[in-house]
Amino acid sequence: MASGIIGASLPRLDAMAKVTGKAKYTGDYFLADMLVGKILRSPYAHARVINIETSEAEALPGVEAVLTHENVPGNIYATAGHPHSLDPERGDVADKTILTSKARFVGDEIAAVVAVDEITAARALKLIKVEYEMLEALLSTEAALREGAPLVHDERGSNIAGSAGYHVGDIDSVMQQADFIFSDEFETGIVQHCALENHVSYAYIDEDERIVIVSSTQIPHIARRIVGQALGLPWGRIRIIKPYVGGGFGGKQDVCLEPLNAAMTMAVGGRPVKLELTREEYMIGTRTRHSVKLKLKTAVSNEGKLLAIQVDAVSNTGAYASHGHSVMLAGGSKFKYLYNFDAIRYMPRTVYTNLPVAGAMRAYGSPQIAFALESHLDNIAVKLDIDPVELRLKNFNRVGYKDPNTGNQILSCGVRECVERGKELIDWDKKRQSFKEKNERGSHKKRGLGMACFSYGTGTYPAGLEVAGARIILNQDGSVQLQIGATEIGQGSDTVFAQMAAETMGIPMGMVNVVSTQDTDISPFDTGSYASRQTYITGMAIRKAAGEVKNKILEFARRISDLPADCLEIADANIILKDSGSIIMPVAAVALQSYYDRQNSEPITADISNNARVNAISFGTTFVEVEVDIKTGQIEIIEIFNVHDSGKIINRQLAEGQVHGAVSMALGYALSEELLFDNKTGKPLNNNLLDYKLPTILDTPVIGLDFIETFEPTGPYGNKALGEPPTISPAPAIRNAVFDATGVAINRIPIRPQLAFEKFKAAGLLEGGDQVVPD
Amino acid sequence: MIKKINFTVNGKKRELEINAGETLLEIIRKRLHLTGTKEGCGVGECGACTVLIDGTAINSCLYLGVWADGREIVTVEGLAKDGELSKVQKAFISEGAVQCGFCTPGFVITASALQSRGHSLTDIEVKEELAGHFCRCTGYQNIIKAVKKSLENETAGTGGDHT
Repeated sequence: MASGIIGASLPRLDAMAKVTGKAKYTGDYFLADMLVGKILRSPYAHARVINIETSEAEALPGVEAVLTHENVPGNIYATAGHPHSLDPERGDVADKTILTSKARFVGDEIAAVVAVDEITAARALKLIKVEYEMLEALLSTEAALREGAPLVHDERGSNIAGSAGYHVGDIDSVMQQADFIFSDEFETGIVQHCALENHVSYAYIDEDERIVIVSSTQIPHIARRIVGQALGLPWGRIRIIKPYVGGGFGGKQDVCLEPLNAAMTMAVGGRPVKLELTREEYMIGTRTRHSVKLKLKTAVSNEGKLLAIQVDAVSNTGAYASHGHSVMLAGGSKFKYLYNFDAIRYMPRTVYTNLPVAGAMRAYGSPQIAFALESHLDNIAVKLDIDPVELRLKNFNRVGYKDPNTGNQILSCGVRECVERGKELIDWDKKRQSFKEKNERGSHKKRGLGMACFSYGTGTYPAGLEVAGARIILNQDGSVQLQIGATEIGQGSDTVFAQMAAETMGIPMGMVNVVSTQDTDISPFDTGSYASRQTYITGMAIRKAAGEVKNKILEFARRISDLPADCLEIADANIILKDSGSIIMPVAAVALQSYYDRQNSEPITADISNNARVNAISFGTTFVEVEVDIKTGQIEIIEIFNVHDSGKIINRQLAEGQVHGAVSMALGYALSEELLFDNKTGKPLNNNLLDYKLPTILDTPVIGLDFIETFEPTGPYGNKALGEPPTISPAPAIRNAVFDATGVAINRIPIRPQLAFEKFKAAGLLEGGDQVVPD
Repeated sequence: MIKKINFTVNGKKRELEINAGETLLEIIRKRLHLTGTKEGCGVGECGACTVLIDGTAINSCLYLGVWADGREIVTVEGLAKDGELSKVQKAFISEGAVQCGFCTPGFVITASALQSRGHSLTDIEVKEELAGHFCRCTGYQNIIKAVKKSLENETAGTGGDHT
């Protein structure tokens, strides 16, 4: 591996297509005779459909079909983008039907129309008359858990969608013997992915009577299976195609549109039907991030050693389970790798309510847990009068730590170096001292420093199956086609896959053609883009496939040159002698002969499935400086640095891009973003980009970063997770910086100015108390 | 109500019969199939649909097709000349300003309008000019770098390379 392709900042393969407008996304395809689908959504949070009258809508000229729960398949299915479970006990919760006879949130899918154009479809929706029987709307987990509360899903018998947890050690005895016990409560808000491309798909029935769905999805192979389950059709009759995707962040790791879109085309004899959500529909009608309430109780020794922790968490999954309790299980399983607790009791509950459906979102439960744990640690540090950095350094795990529940082991760990680098970048020691002095002088603008850490997995093993496919075909000219089932959704995976194949094969990156579109009829099986898994799991499949193709090229070269294959190597697309470096022949010559040699013709391919039974742990930290205006509650980020141990960095520029975007997403999570609902009706109040307060370019500070490059032995090129991790630690770091600046512990995010102002006022920080109002 | 409009799109004269209620975005995407211009919200929040109208960057989702009569429209497809990318497009590639690419055409168009003014801008001026565009992937960091790079060596009055 000396070509230097791994680690280089090479430009994205698709950048040219994207800056010229040539890159085609799902919504950019227009087929002849294409119809438009639209969804009638419930105006009520919880109501039974008594009657649906569709005749007026059906009679409207231009309407081709009206769908309700009465005329679409009624199979109950799970939507989460997970591999199928052979053990029915371990599968995702099946609680969704294509259209419903019971509205479970404002926005639930009651009926649908297929029409010649959008205006006709919209008019037809208004002509559908639905009679509802109103039920009590459960708009909080407290309401849903109340004794005698109505059930969101009658057939499930309870509003608890999941409650499995885990424990390590004998927590009660550790707690009894500890010097200190600290307790805190935290809460996180509901946020939304807000990919720039709304969810969109189109579907038709092809000449072989198979259902083809083109979709903006992270998980084409999983989507095929779920559509098959929802329609009650053999999975092989479904074909999913994924073109360019305009951002996913977990929201498209779920099957939101495809089953209904398939039912729509079936209702119109297989004509193509496009189903494109509006921004307002996307923000409530797809998925959100779970709001979680957490109670933490921690035992600590006199010396600041963390001994035991109990986490009691209640997660709001909304109207359908989607990824449901998996999110809490994943979030709760990943912090163990960071700190060495003798005993842990993790008690999560995932609760149905009558709010939009929460599912997968970047870092999958870890941002919620990390907000609570890392904020809690700073509260403890202040009480023990220990520097927050020191408290963490005393308790970090090391290489060799074994997860007591799963046996999975830390094999590379740069968390200490990350923290040292973060301290240096922000000038921690010096600023801590000088801010303390300045803040005491009593200006209404106070400076503070905060930090937080995280650990995170790469892929889902051992909780989930990890399998990825790669197929490489050597073309006649010595270039290769690389086919993968893993999906490029903007994160840059196609580009790093090309780097990997080029590196292992000894050819320039320009000779690797990545087939970017996934098509379940053609692409190797891969479960898709989630869990920061692709460079790791799919990367290993590519390394194996590229190695196999390389060996076959060398073997073919041996046959035609009579030089032993083990003397040969490939460098810069030439077959060379290993020792002298002298060129024997170009790879292109071997490639051409492999196709057309009359005696030896055997075109060279490799088709690999990589089943991974490892999980590498990524680490990192955020250091942040804030200025807090006590009079207005405004929090300004002065400097922020993320430092990551994601193993070996494959492409520095793309890696930096992942950190930039994830930190920006976390800034919104910490300070501004939250989906709000009317607390009586459950109607969404801000499901648009303006009122939701997505960070704009003016809200976003310079995002500093660095990488501590450890070498992860289980990674194909020493690499481990990066896509999601940078979004975990900024929110608690910011909260801790506000705490440092003001002495006020705010235990809920987002910390919008109003919340901060109320907390400062309650803490008596405002001179003159009641007379002081913001601006 | 059907209206006839005559306008220029990426240097080519077009004559269309449109519905009076159609937006310029609908015309560009659904009639001309210039799908480089994206729709992210349809109500002027996100900037993904930005095109140049007589050299000014405008949200085409808020602009009626009938208003385009007699005007010159440039979409992202019209920026490269004879296969040569514009300075802005090159900068977006070299600075890593592209991720999912859905917001990219809008940003590139607004940056092209800035570049055509022919003078450099401070960081805060760049941010103010781009504040009508959302990006969820990049945290805007490399977009700012790309726009600044595309404005390098610009002096007043040189004009841009996008028209």
